[in-house]
Amino acid sequence: MIQLKNINKVYEDGFQALKGIDLTFEEGKINVLIGPSGCGKTTTMKLLNRLIDYTEGELTIDGKRIKDINPIDLRRQMGYVIQSIGLFPHMTIYDNVAAVPKLLKWDKERIATKVDELLKMVDLDPEVYKSRYPNELSGGQQQRIGVIRALAAEPKIILMDEPFSALDPISREQLQDELVKLQEDIQKTIIFVTHDMDEAIKIADQIILMRDGQVVQKGTPHDLLTSPANEFVEEFIGAERLEQAKGLPPMTAFVDEDFPYATITQSVDDVISLMVTHKKDQLPVVDAEEKYIGIASLYDAVRSTDKPLTELVNRKIIAYRRTAEVEKFVASKDTIAPIIEPDDTYIGVLDQELLLEKLHEKFGSKSGVTS
Amino acid sequence: MDFIIDLGRYMADHSAELIDLTIEHILMVIYAIFLALVVGIPLGILAAKFKKLAPVILSLVNILQLIPSIAMLAILLLYFGLGFQTVVIGLFLYSLLPIVRNTYVGVREVADGVTEAGKGIGMTPFQLLMKVEFPLSIPFLMAGLRVAAVIAVAVATIAPYIGGGGLGREIISGISFQNDIRIYAGAVPAAALAIIADLILGIVEKRTKKRFAS
Ligand SMILES: Nc1ncnc2c1ncn2[C@@H]1O[C@H](COP(=O)(O)OP(=O)(O)O)[C@@H](O)[C@H]1O
Ligand SMILES: [Mg+2]
Repeated sequence: MIQLKNINKVYEDGFQALKGIDLTFEEGKINVLIGPSGCGKTTTMKLLNRLIDYTEGELTIDGKRIKDINPIDLRRQMGYVIQSIGLFPHMTIYDNVAAVPKLLKWDKERIATKVDELLKMVDLDPEVYKSRYPNELSGGQQQRIGVIRALAAEPKIILMDEPFSALDPISREQLQDELVKLQEDIQKTIIFVTHDMDEAIKIADQIILMRDGQVVQKGTPHDLLTSPANEFVEEFIGAERLEQAKGLPPMTAFVDEDFPYATITQSVDDVISLMVTHKKDQLPVVDAEEKYIGIASLYDAVRSTDKPLTELVNRKIIAYRRTAEVEKFVASKDTIAPIIEPDDTYIGVLDQELLLEKLHEKFGSKSGVTS
Repeated sequence: MDFIIDLGRYMADHSAELIDLTIEHILMVIYAIFLALVVGIPLGILAAKFKKLAPVILSLVNILQLIPSIAMLAILLLYFGLGFQTVVIGLFLYSLLPIVRNTYVGVREVADGVTEAGKGIGMTPFQLLMKVEFPLSIPFLMAGLRVAAVIAVAVATIAPYIGGGGLGREIISGISFQNDIRIYAGAVPAAALAIIADLILGIVEKRTKKRFAS
């Protein structure tokens, strides 16, 4: 856990960039620092890898004072991704990704395996890209390398300073999506700086909104959208987004708790008959502790009745937190949306009929459609 | 036309000597350039890394360059006496400026994002220099090396005045004996050397630029 207590930063020229910052960056979450240009986002981020030292207050990582940690060691344990990407132009993609493991003196084989694994993770074929140079890649590809370079030494914490803002809109959206997907697997503590509210809403677990070296409001995207602390926050978020957010309550309002579900220990035949009785072609599957595992589909089930249920479950279909915004589902291509507690305990699925009704109420009237 | 035929005949007749002189000429230049690299690169790096040192180092090497070559060799003569080493030292001092200045510029020119990334991933200042900043300054250094080599080849022709050898010996003999052919027999290969050095190092420079372009 990273904690900032009453942090002040006064630059050499006497300018006070940070004023009494109190913050906790949530572990395993995407923490987004946002605010207008010059409000101190980068300064705050650079305190964490000691590219900048604070002048007053206390900054601890897992209870340890950051000033007691050697900056070089600290940086090697922390991923760092910047807006200008900063790949080493004279090194191959392989050497770029391997940079930190090499500094840490990993053995060659371990580095090679890791680099291949990371390249595959961002859908770049290692055989094609390993020996290329950064200038032979597109901007989006370069920043994918920037991101996996930061992941190479398996850090727990990753710092990202406006990593996608120099990219074209299409690559930017792609990388945002990939980051969200990636984070489901890697569960790192990510500190992400941006000035783009849409980006923040899309990726953040926690948003920290700053202004003039101070924190104005922090909370989930939903918190900020539904209860902005003051006029500045409202203005920063923008009337349009606030209006959109107002209409739709969070996932909790749409939970269908009566939707049938299967337990992982059940036989496939049982699951098929469950689907048939309830006339459903997809069922959420939970484990013995009622934690969500994935989705079983009728199509897969009838094709392989001899296999155990564990092999049939599609684990790729993500579940939504109870507090998540419904918009996130509307924007996805999934046809079923399981809803879970923060500890993964299964609650139910999104009641899509109810959602449609609400959407109709909200947008139908606006666009003049009457029923 | 006759003159060219005479020159050709003279050079053919004295080819063994001329080749020896050419080799000597090249050797003086190589020693000097080598020294200039050994001393100039660290000076350039120091200037790039320490803002306060930069003006001191850069003006010093600039002044060296401004001293007329004959005067420089005369001064060196006072301290080191006649001989090969005095020539090498003189040429070395002349080659210093392009090498120091280009190393300095090359290191300074490394994109901020790249140095920040290096620092940010946990390179020590020394690692950053050796793995990132210096390699990326090499195209600039190559350009400096090219200029230095051409200057050194030219200045080396006055080496015989201070006990050195090389193609200058043929030129100077030509002057003292008022023999045009001998002057050209020294000057033509010297000019050719300069052109060849320029061409070859130009190609090397281009290659490194391509390789290190960001
Ligand atoms: N090295 C420095 N010296 C003096 N002032 C600085 C320095 N770096 C940043 N600042 C100032 O501190 C403020 C916050 O900067 P920064 O954290 O980079 O803002 P941003 O939120 O845009 O990332 C800005 O007003 C900036 O001008
Ligand atoms: Mg910034």
